[in-house]
Amino acid sequence: MAEVQITKTTCPYCGVGCGVLVNKTAEGVVSVQGDHDHPANYGRLCSKGAALAETIDLDGRLLQPSIDSVPVSWDEALDKVSSRLSHIVDQYGPDAVAFYVSGQLLTEDYYVANKLMKGFIGGANIDTNSRLCMSSAVAGYKRAFGSDAVPCNYEDLEQADLIVLVGSNLAWCHPVLFQRISKAKEQRLELTVVVIDPRKTASCDIADLHLAIEPGCDAMLFNGLLHYLHQQGGFDADFVANHTDGMTAALAAAQSASDLAVLAAYCGVDLQDLTQFFASYATTEKVVTLYSQGVNQSSSGTDKSNSIINCHLATGRIGKLGMGPFSITGQPNAMGGREVGGLSNQLAAHMELDNEQHHDLVSRFWQTDNLALTAGAKAVDMFQDVASGKIKAIWIMATNPVVSMPDANKVKKALEQCELVIVSDCEANTDTTACADILLPALAWGEKSGTVTNSERRISRQREFLARPGQAKADWWIMSEVAKRMGFESAFDYQNSADIFREHAALSGFENKGQRDFDISAFSEITDNDYQQFNPVQWPVNQQAMGGTKRLFTDKQFFTKNGRAQLIAIVPRKPVNKVSKQYPLLLNTGRVRDQWHTMTRTARSSKLNSHTAEPIVEIHQVDAAALGIEQGMLAIVASDRGEVLVRVQINESQQQGNVFIPIHWNQQFASNGRVDVLIDAHVDPISGQPEFKHTPVSVTPYRAVWHGFILSRRPLKLSDHAYWVTVKGQQFWRYELAGDRVIDDIESWTKLQLGDDGDWLAFEDQALGRYRAVKLLGDRLESVLFIAADHDLPSRTWLSQLFANDSITDEQRAGLLAGRPGAGLPDLGTLICACFGVGENTIIDVINNDKSSTVEKIGQCLKAGTNCGSCIPELKTLLANNT
Amino acid sequence: MKEKLVLIGNGMAGMRTIEELLKLAPDKYDITVFGAEPHGNYNRIMLSPVLAGDKTIDEIITHDVQWYQDHNIDLHTDTTVTAIDRVKREVIADDGSAVSYDRLILATGSNPFMLPLPGSELEGVISFRDINDVNTMIETAKTHNNAVVIGGGLLGLEAANGLMQQGMGVTVVHRSDTLMNQQLDHVAAGLMRVELEAKGLKFLMNHATQALMGSDRVEKVQFDDGTDIAADLVVMAIGVRPNTALAKKAGVLCDRGILVNDTLQTYTPNIYAVGECVQHREQTFGLVAPLFEQAKVCANHLANIGIAVYMTTATATQLKVTGIDLFSAGDFRGDGQSQSIIYKDPQRFIYKKLVIKNNTIIGIVLYGDTHDGQWYFSMLNEQQDISALRSTLVFGQQYCEHLEKVAV
Repeated sequence: MAEVQITKTTCPYCGVGCGVLVNKTAEGVVSVQGDHDHPANYGRLCSKGAALAETIDLDGRLLQPSIDSVPVSWDEALDKVSSRLSHIVDQYGPDAVAFYVSGQLLTEDYYVANKLMKGFIGGANIDTNSRLCMSSAVAGYKRAFGSDAVPCNYEDLEQADLIVLVGSNLAWCHPVLFQRISKAKEQRLELTVVVIDPRKTASCDIADLHLAIEPGCDAMLFNGLLHYLHQQGGFDADFVANHTDGMTAALAAAQSASDLAVLAAYCGVDLQDLTQFFASYATTEKVVTLYSQGVNQSSSGTDKSNSIINCHLATGRIGKLGMGPFSITGQPNAMGGREVGGLSNQLAAHMELDNEQHHDLVSRFWQTDNLALTAGAKAVDMFQDVASGKIKAIWIMATNPVVSMPDANKVKKALEQCELVIVSDCEANTDTTACADILLPALAWGEKSGTVTNSERRISRQREFLARPGQAKADWWIMSEVAKRMGFESAFDYQNSADIFREHAALSGFENKGQRDFDISAFSEITDNDYQQFNPVQWPVNQQAMGGTKRLFTDKQFFTKNGRAQLIAIVPRKPVNKVSKQYPLLLNTGRVRDQWHTMTRTARSSKLNSHTAEPIVEIHQVDAAALGIEQGMLAIVASDRGEVLVRVQINESQQQGNVFIPIHWNQQFASNGRVDVLIDAHVDPISGQPEFKHTPVSVTPYRAVWHGFILSRRPLKLSDHAYWVTVKGQQFWRYELAGDRVIDDIESWTKLQLGDDGDWLAFEDQALGRYRAVKLLGDRLESVLFIAADHDLPSRTWLSQLFANDSITDEQRAGLLAGRPGAGLPDLGTLICACFGVGENTIIDVINNDKSSTVEKIGQCLKAGTNCGSCIPELKTLLANNT
Repeated sequence: MKEKLVLIGNGMAGMRTIEELLKLAPDKYDITVFGAEPHGNYNRIMLSPVLAGDKTIDEIITHDVQWYQDHNIDLHTDTTVTAIDRVKREVIADDGSAVSYDRLILATGSNPFMLPLPGSELEGVISFRDINDVNTMIETAKTHNNAVVIGGGLLGLEAANGLMQQGMGVTVVHRSDTLMNQQLDHVAAGLMRVELEAKGLKFLMNHATQALMGSDRVEKVQFDDGTDIAADLVVMAIGVRPNTALAKKAGVLCDRGILVNDTLQTYTPNIYAVGECVQHREQTFGLVAPLFEQAKVCANHLANIGIAVYMTTATATQLKVTGIDLFSAGDFRGDGQSQSIIYKDPQRFIYKKLVIKNNTIIGIVLYGDTHDGQWYFSMLNEQQDISALRSTLVFGQQYCEHLEKVAV
């Protein structure tokens, strides 16, 4: 038997932080499975995690440093970076340089970045893409608890009797937690789930009640709840009296939400539903309110999170099993970034920039006299400062701001004009690397080694199991080498990531004395070997809690000066932008199930690409009809900032008046799919987090002259079509296309797209503008092209499957131009279960054959839904629609 | 006393009429049949396989002499009727016999059209019409090498293929650039030419024959561009013409063919005509399907049932030429108002074209894959609206049935 090397590591996607077991054979074949010992997931993985092994190939990787597109050695690159940074700092001061980093960095990388900027360059212009993700939650926790302290534990989700999901499509964005709740709900009938979300998302699948509030009403809703709890005698009077401040003001502010009928109308929900939710909250002791981007990504995100926390403080439901206000982070190491102080308004280890004691302490610990004194620019301001020229040099690591920042075209322009743009990444081609003057190849997941912290404060190891490719280096190494060359040799003389972790742990405990929540001083002297063997643990981990800490605030002591939690008086504010005649619809943004961020990793997996292949706009039937928009057509979605061209998906999950576009697509995968070009850069005044979920837009049908798609065994260099999307499939590439110019000689045009070798089959119905061609090399399918005057093209599923074969049968050949097999040969339909490749038609067949089908029965029959379970909501929809 | 019925022409149309009549009224007539060939009735369509050596003559006989005896039919083979006396109601044959009739069927068929070329009287210049022609070709192939077939239509190609099977080198001479232009469009014809060339046939397209040269036997075929090729055998297959000579002589009204009404009755009320010799509503006939339909209608009237009416319908040609499946029907060229749906897989020699007008099929060409020919053809005849099936129509029934299922 071949020797299999097993590595325990952590998934690089969302903030759940699932443990992953990687099996690698002697031949280097990698497969992954959930780590049964990891407390975040106990063996579960979602579709994205399960497909990790498909994402580790080296296609498109950045493997060589370059300056102005010329490959250089590391020495040259590091000399250049350090000398230019030093020069700019010398000339313009430390505020002229900025680091824009990422929740994808490991804690050790993050620590070095923060130390270099704040401790030695001496500015605080280091901010992170976590600013876009959970900075409002951080600000909310800090206002309430005096520290960025997540009170809860995932176990609380299973132990709660009421889970309130606010602005969180957990089913798609944190699927493993969703699975844990679903499972708990099966076992404990008393567990009730309320979803508060303008959209009817897949998470509503387990909801006992869905409050489809109008966008932006969250704070008013929770003010109403606070008032209701007070009225109903639902407060924990003792807790409020002894452990909180600010109740009087908070209640006074909540007075405007006191009339339930008015409140229901304001939120656009049924009075009965609203009352049911309030009553349920009032009468259920064990409540977890779990919130995410729907709360955070708002110009009043901090207030929204405090309105949620207020209710938990009023009822004393915090620091106990099955209770608490629980912010779920989007990224694998957003929490680690918070811990090291990677945001521009933090110092380090949960210490504050404007705190003299902290400043002194950190200065002494880092042995620097140059520690930043004031907060730096938050992400949006940072790129505005780049645009204005105030920032002359920016170093971007492990993130793709040209795609992910609001007003993304402006960000792109700012980078194009910036004097020095350094980008460290593992991808060669991203929208952001395209703007770089200096490119530095970083290690990717599986190659790098360090720690991450998940949403429940659990620190886990990411471990390397792959050889380091090309000249790629760890981010901490790159930064340390630059730091050394800038003259900070002794402060950055790290030999490995364990060195950094020890220092980070030591800082957290340095003169702490229980004043600071973040304390992992137990690891200050962890040996290299123990660091290798490190088991997942929740901080704080110190002398008092050597085994970590499941729950915070069990002692009802908070990190404010007087140790009392603060209720905040919330005066709800509506989102900044309002719909207008010109932009009458409200755009919401978010994730789709099987893609991650800007797709650099997930788009490598054909399985993951098949769930949602194109950038889409989801729209309600009534709005679509009024705009003359049909399912599957292309539409221009425009705001006063820009426009995108996306595929229409008419969808009852949308409220009337609201549309939804996923955040993922960018210039690498679509002609014009970067949704963030539409978004205004309005931010929360406290957290600086942008309002991504409330943009007035117009939606207009796009009348392409022709629509089409190409499937090709090899990647193609396509002509510049008005609309194009690139999708990697299993042994083929898929291109969705539309054009705005008449194709004159379609046969020659086709050969121009696909190459004119090989044998050809063709179909033509000229009157309807339909043309289809197939290229074969021998009996092997090489490429297909389908063109039509409208968007009504055959399913790509069956044709796609043929690329797995080295030759096609005569029967298959006869169906190539039809795009499907003839009668008797099954067409699987749209892929539903990515894990086992089970299509919609197959599932419908099973349901039709057995009208008493259940998700379990489908699972027994087809395996669909039995691995990651991410498709179970869709299975249920299929069951509902077909029985 | 039975009435007397005489059939002139012991071929497929005439004999099918007799068969249909026997089904309806077995005892109504005393029947006499005259045939110019010395055989019982045979399936003329099967002459090609005989020539190709795939079948024997015995195998293509549909009614042998015994059959006529069994049905009390007086058969005169190898006998040509030379005159009809409409007044006496009598036919006179070249064997001296005179047979009177109460009703008469003319089924004299058609004659191959022979180009009036210099040298067309030479030995080795023949048509491809009957068993005699086939025998001539088979015999010639034993001693000679070079055959030239003039005419790249259906019959010419079958002759060419047969001669090739018999071992001759064969060149097909065709006036235009489209083989079988009665059945195929340019693309299908092009595929056919490539396939036939691969089998060994040679083609001279866009060639007009000017003269046949030779002393006794033909030796060369000369073209109007001055070039020539060697030829030991020349088969003219450029078309047929209704054989109206006897009818005209008898004063039965003819135009290009013998004129008949919708009951297959000529202008002489007790004389009927069926088959390739007739002209019905401006149309003459060369394919077997309408002939059989005519036979049915004619028999119905001869049996005094008198309710059937013959209507010309679109005809479909479904055939195998030298192993190639073809199907052709309707207006397969289309016009300014029509639209085409095309499928082609040239490496597999498959080509399908459906001509659509007002959302109905008006023309069909299928080359290489004729599986769905009849299905399309019934839609053509029924003028079925194909809008709902349009996107998968050309892929055939199994694709459209699937669609209908999904739609339900």
